[in-house]
Amino acid sequence: MSLDLILRVGTKLILPFILLFALYVQFHGDFGPGGGFQAGVITAGMVILLAITFGLEAAQRIAPQALVERMIPLGVLIYAGTGVAGLIMGKNYLDYSVFSHDPAHGHELGIFLVEVGVLITVAGTMTALFYAFVERGR
Amino acid sequence: MLLTLLAVVTVAIVRQRSLFSVVVLTVIYSFLMASVLIVLDAVDVAMTEAAVGAGISTVILLATLHLIRTTEMRPVRRHLLPLFVAIVTGAILVWGTLVLPPFGTADAVIHRHVVPRYIADTIRETNVPNVVTSVLADYRGYDTLGEATVIFTAGIGVMLLLRGGRRRGDAERENTST
Repeated sequence: MSLDLILRVGTKLILPFILLFALYVQFHGDFGPGGGFQAGVITAGMVILLAITFGLEAAQRIAPQALVERMIPLGVLIYAGTGVAGLIMGKNYLDYSVFSHDPAHGHELGIFLVEVGVLITVAGTMTALFYAFVERGR
Repeated sequence: MLLTLLAVVTVAIVRQRSLFSVVVLTVIYSFLMASVLIVLDAVDVAMTEAAVGAGISTVILLATLHLIRTTEMRPVRRHLLPLFVAIVTGAILVWGTLVLPPFGTADAVIHRHVVPRYIADTIRETNVPNVVTSVLADYRGYDTLGEATVIFTAGIGVMLLLRGGRRRGDAERENTST
């Protein structure tokens, strides 16, 4: 039991930085490599690392199963809703230029919203898959 | 060098009977693949390969191994026909690459259609300097919406499979106990 002390302390130290890196990949995706998909996978990786080291209960305290499962359709809805918002405001589906007076800014905002949707769906799906496998294995 | 290592790892994966070793070897394969993609300047794809191929799918594979037996069974008969099909398919694919333009040619067909417009106009039209992001989320937004839906569907499907089986098992256990 005491042998995994380094693992536990190391995990505790590294967890916030993994989440920070995921957010960096998400919000810096406009300028460097990365985007919603990669950030979602890294976020899910953080939850999985927590579950592997401290047990499933610890992971489900910060990422409850109900929340994770609702994130899967929520992300797709945000993505599709961004498109519908374009429709309502009088342009084509997924045309982002309506979100701002300056079309370029509108596109920037649209890309941001869409990437958030991808992040939520991917992080939710990956974590939910992991939970499903772990619960099945019990 | 990297490709040689990839080939070595592939042969090791094929020859290995212990599925645990196979999973570990696929991690090595994924990281090598990520390095290859970095060499090819495809940093976004390399990041995905490292995170998904080496990270998440390893965890999922290990979780699957926890549910099933971890040694590959001996084949019941010799697999000459599958070997033949695999070799023929591989040969056709290699033959197909012979007519492709040389790697990195700027005037290849694929670089002359919409790519120049994307590269020239992405800053003016979207304010996003990373062309990969603007193509993914804006110019090709429909495709990415489709991808998000695929992930959604796959996740729901796997969860239904894993959960549904367990619920039926529970019901059977209750039936036998009463």
